[in-house]
Amino acid sequence: MDALAQFISRAILQGTPLLYGATGEIITEKSGNLNLGIPGIMYIGAISGVIGGFFYQNESQSVSPLLAVIIPLLCCLFGSLLTSLLYCFLTVTLKANQNVTGLAITTFGVGFGNFFGGSLIKILKSDVPYLSLVKIAKAYKTTVFPFSDDMGSFGKMIFSHGFMVYLAIIIAVVAGIFLKRTRPGLHLRSVGENPATADAAGINVTLYKYLATSIGGMIAGLGGLFYIMDYSNGIWSNNGFGDRGWLAIAIVIFSIWKPSMSILSSYLFGALYILFNYINVPMTYIPLIQMLPYAVTIIVLIATSVRKKRENQPPHALGVTYFREER
Amino acid sequence: MKNKKIKTHEPLFHISKRTDISRSKAIIIRVISLLAALVVCGIVTKIFTGDDPISIFKTIYLGAFGTGRTLVTIHEIAILLCVSLAVTPAFKMRFWNTGAEGQVLISCLSTAMCMFYLGGKVSDGVLILLMAVFAIAAGIIWAVIPAFFKAHWGTNETLFTLMMNYVAIQLIEFFLKIADKSGSNVVGPDLLTHGWFPKLFGTNYLLNIFIVAVITVLLYIYLNYSKHGYEISVVGESENTAKYIGINVKKVIIRTMALSGAICGVAGLLLVGGASHSIDSNLADGRGFTAIMVSWLAKFNPSTMILTSLLIVFLERGADEVSSKFGLNADFADILTGIILFFIIGCEFFINYKININHRKTNIKEEK
Repeated sequence: MDALAQFISRAILQGTPLLYGATGEIITEKSGNLNLGIPGIMYIGAISGVIGGFFYQNESQSVSPLLAVIIPLLCCLFGSLLTSLLYCFLTVTLKANQNVTGLAITTFGVGFGNFFGGSLIKILKSDVPYLSLVKIAKAYKTTVFPFSDDMGSFGKMIFSHGFMVYLAIIIAVVAGIFLKRTRPGLHLRSVGENPATADAAGINVTLYKYLATSIGGMIAGLGGLFYIMDYSNGIWSNNGFGDRGWLAIAIVIFSIWKPSMSILSSYLFGALYILFNYINVPMTYIPLIQMLPYAVTIIVLIATSVRKKRENQPPHALGVTYFREER
Repeated sequence: MKNKKIKTHEPLFHISKRTDISRSKAIIIRVISLLAALVVCGIVTKIFTGDDPISIFKTIYLGAFGTGRTLVTIHEIAILLCVSLAVTPAFKMRFWNTGAEGQVLISCLSTAMCMFYLGGKVSDGVLILLMAVFAIAAGIIWAVIPAFFKAHWGTNETLFTLMMNYVAIQLIEFFLKIADKSGSNVVGPDLLTHGWFPKLFGTNYLLNIFIVAVITVLLYIYLNYSKHGYEISVVGESENTAKYIGINVKKVIIRTMALSGAICGVAGLLLVGGASHSIDSNLADGRGFTAIMVSWLAKFNPSTMILTSLLIVFLERGADEVSSKFGLNADFADILTGIILFFIIGCEFFINYKININHRKTNIKEEK
């Protein structure tokens, strides 16, 4: 039983960065921007947080838990905001192709993350041996529910995590309500479905695209921050984040563009990601298990397009640049 | 649109599309943006290395074309060019194939499997022929699956092909585990001993470069002077027009993606049979994604693609040299590539659109 609890607990941890990425990408895609730069933005979010945390940890004698959380958090938001704005500027204002821009952002972002992750100490001529933010990570990992210790293994499995695990759920739920139940949410969806109609109805298409992509990017960036500060205990390793950014984009499809669905699918994908550690299969077949999330996503993608159920479709103008004078 | 509100509610400027820009003007805009990008790259490099800019660019040049490096650089250009050529027909059709990475990888896999299982059992000539057949077939299959669903049910091809990449990667991992019991994550030349491409004039890679050159010419002719090429352009411009003039759009989509997949297949074949003689899941090295940018930057023109792939490879190898010289991380190259891409992507706006200043106030100057 303990093994199962541990498995679920690990799956939640593994799924949380994916959930941030997926929620961010859903909000972005609802505005019609297919941001393939999300993997890069998650790297940039992570390294921005690390850089902020690194300065704070080195400059101050005593690390106060509150500042240790807030400084990297703000740096992370700032870094991912700047990158998202760059994406918006190129695709919305300069009307560049979204796929090309997104891929360029990912190239840049992953390079940026790994470069600073690997060279920060050398650049700053610091005397610490390697990039490690253990003190900051400790603040991030502090349990928010003090009663979790008394609740047995299952209570621990759900309630013993750092605050960012629950923040991810809250953001996803709020995003779901926002998109489905509020007027700005309706406007945002209409921009993604048919920007020309939205424009004619007096909705500021450019503003909505900028806001949705920036906020989405910042949420995705938090996923990178969580991975470093909580999941990897504040220790940066190059390419450690791996292909999770792409997996987040897969989750967007898997949850058919619904933030509330993305909570469960993120944990499911997280579970699939680490499943091989907990079941007894020969080493040889592990890659086939790791293939499952992608294969399942493809099946969902095909099924939704074949069934043509209207509420399950991607935003109609997804990936299309809007230019008012083009009819 | 940037509608800065002034009192009269007249926008400061409006943007209109232009189709009439002269070739030379377009080239000038691109060159200016490239120079601006290089200046920014120089500044960034200066910040991190403290070296003077001239010496930095010299290092970059030596990294790409220094002694003993030129051939490898040209080979790298050829492979990137090959993948870029592969994605081009599909892009011209506005089919966003983000799966070139997977199509190359799956071809690498089938090439390596031929070498592994058939090596020594058949003569090398037959083996190379089989490798080619299987590599191209694998590339076609990997490309046609998403194309089939796109053509019949409009399944989003960008996301579909993206996912296919990771299926290919995991299939390679699976093969590695079967082929090499020691658990290393690469099957190297010691296991793939047969089916190596012959050296042309006693030089490595020359055959690869020659094959890519031939493909470049053929694809140029195919896209510009054949009926198929014309159909591709029409479908890309407007699917409805294509339907109206009696083009079978489904057929064109599937056929064009099959061609894309086949060229990716060749790239995979060249990578394994003609260069590395080994396989791992990182063999394509992101070329499938870089190729998208190379092809787009060249405006889908095969001959311009030679230049754009040269630019990217030159930078990557150059920045590698800079980072190794100053003990920095090799990912430095990606930052420089990213900066240059941003500039070139941005400059396209000034080629495709015109900013019309509304002449109400005289003191406003055109901002570029």
